[in-house]
Amino acid sequence: MLSKRIIPCLDVRDGRTTKGIKFRNNVDIGDPVAMARLYYEAGADELVFYDITASSDRRNIMIDVVRRVAAEILIPFSVGGGIRNLNDMRDVLLAGAEKVSVNSAAILDPALIAAGAKAFGSQCIVLGMDVKRVIPTPTTPSGYEMVIHGGRTPMGIDARWWAQEAVRLGAGEICLNSIDADGTQAGYELNLTRMISEAVPIPVIASGGAGTPEHLHQVLTQGRADAALIASMVHYGTYTIQGIKDYLAQCHIPVRLVW
Amino acid sequence: MASALINFRLHELSRHFKESVIVIIDYQAGNLTSVVRSLKALGVEGTVTQNPAVVAQATRVIFPGVGAAGKAMATLRELGLDQALRQSFGRGIPILGICLGAQIILEHSEENDTACLGLLPGRTQVLPRSPGLKIPHMGWNRVRFLRPHRVFTGLPEGAEYYFVHSYYPAPAETSMVVGVTDHGLEFPCAIAWRNLVATQFHPEKSGRFGLQILENFLAWDGSDAQ
Repeated sequence: MLSKRIIPCLDVRDGRTTKGIKFRNNVDIGDPVAMARLYYEAGADELVFYDITASSDRRNIMIDVVRRVAAEILIPFSVGGGIRNLNDMRDVLLAGAEKVSVNSAAILDPALIAAGAKAFGSQCIVLGMDVKRVIPTPTTPSGYEMVIHGGRTPMGIDARWWAQEAVRLGAGEICLNSIDADGTQAGYELNLTRMISEAVPIPVIASGGAGTPEHLHQVLTQGRADAALIASMVHYGTYTIQGIKDYLAQCHIPVRLVW
Repeated sequence: MASALINFRLHELSRHFKESVIVIIDYQAGNLTSVVRSLKALGVEGTVTQNPAVVAQATRVIFPGVGAAGKAMATLRELGLDQALRQSFGRGIPILGICLGAQIILEHSEENDTACLGLLPGRTQVLPRSPGLKIPHMGWNRVRFLRPHRVFTGLPEGAEYYFVHSYYPAPAETSMVVGVTDHGLEFPCAIAWRNLVATQFHPEKSGRFGLQILENFLAWDGSDAQ
């Protein structure tokens, strides 16, 4: 049986990791390459790097990070943030990442998903979704709206529609982030996760709100997620991946326990 | 102490393969950096090539790949690598197929209704869909080994391997299936016949147990004896 994946997420700015609380007041907590190695050895099933470097002239720092991470770990990892075109995708994949995550750029130019899937294969293309809860309207009937710029800019696009459209265009996986839950450590957005997971045939990674192992249990069962993204709860040493997996195994969730 | 022992083993391994030419076949089907990187971790330099003449000199061939069967077969034919692979198989050198490489060694693929290499009798089939079952099969899963094989030794019970695929290889003879995995149905994920082994999962992305399989492959003489 396919194991549910536990995926630490590392936000990287100018070659250093940070952890944002609601995308503000980021604090520096270390070297991404060292952290990748630690999480690899600690039993992470996959890693996600999110590049929040502001200026494009510093993009090469991230490519160097990707190259050094690839030399250290033998599990898949994806890179998102600032992926705007096929060249950005190619740079990241050739540096050794297994997958690239596209978010804002795909909303502004959906053809990017199709082009990426054609050039590199669907399995490489992750659709990153930043989603905010709204009162249902004719343009957002699911009650969830796509947002960009860290949640500041609503796009008037329905989240469920966009997930299905991205599958049609060739996305191989969805990383679904709830802006409402992100940084709260109060639990994942279960309704949203379940709605999207049931709406698409491809795997869905739940993101935003993880604070306790019970939160992961909820999103992997009630939320129907295939994988769970975690950040603060392991970055600050509150929980270990082993501890989280032991808890999930006790709850009869299939997880990878030997590594 | 343990790391000294590992270093010694790696040294032995690289000395043993000084005369060998390990060729990784590049037919524009996905990223080969993780395969190259894994060999490096074992102290071995692989030669990535699209050239049939280089494949002809190989003492060992790795045949990775992701993507669609139709395009992959077209590119292999265009580059003359289909013949090079058949010759390698005929010469009896050890060959390792990975993912798409484990599928197009068979006679036919349901993906794009493609005639494939036919090194092994059998067909590549689509993973059946059912409600609640995610396709592609993406992530870590266990392998149930049906019989021993040198390339699949030293792997602990409960070890998992990284998969990402929507089709699976179904060899015609059950004796060619070394291991199976469950995703909606039990499908062959480790294949061995004569000097050929193949995995639907990615050993190069499967942590230290995947690395163990690659190390076993590098030490394997290509015989199908247990």
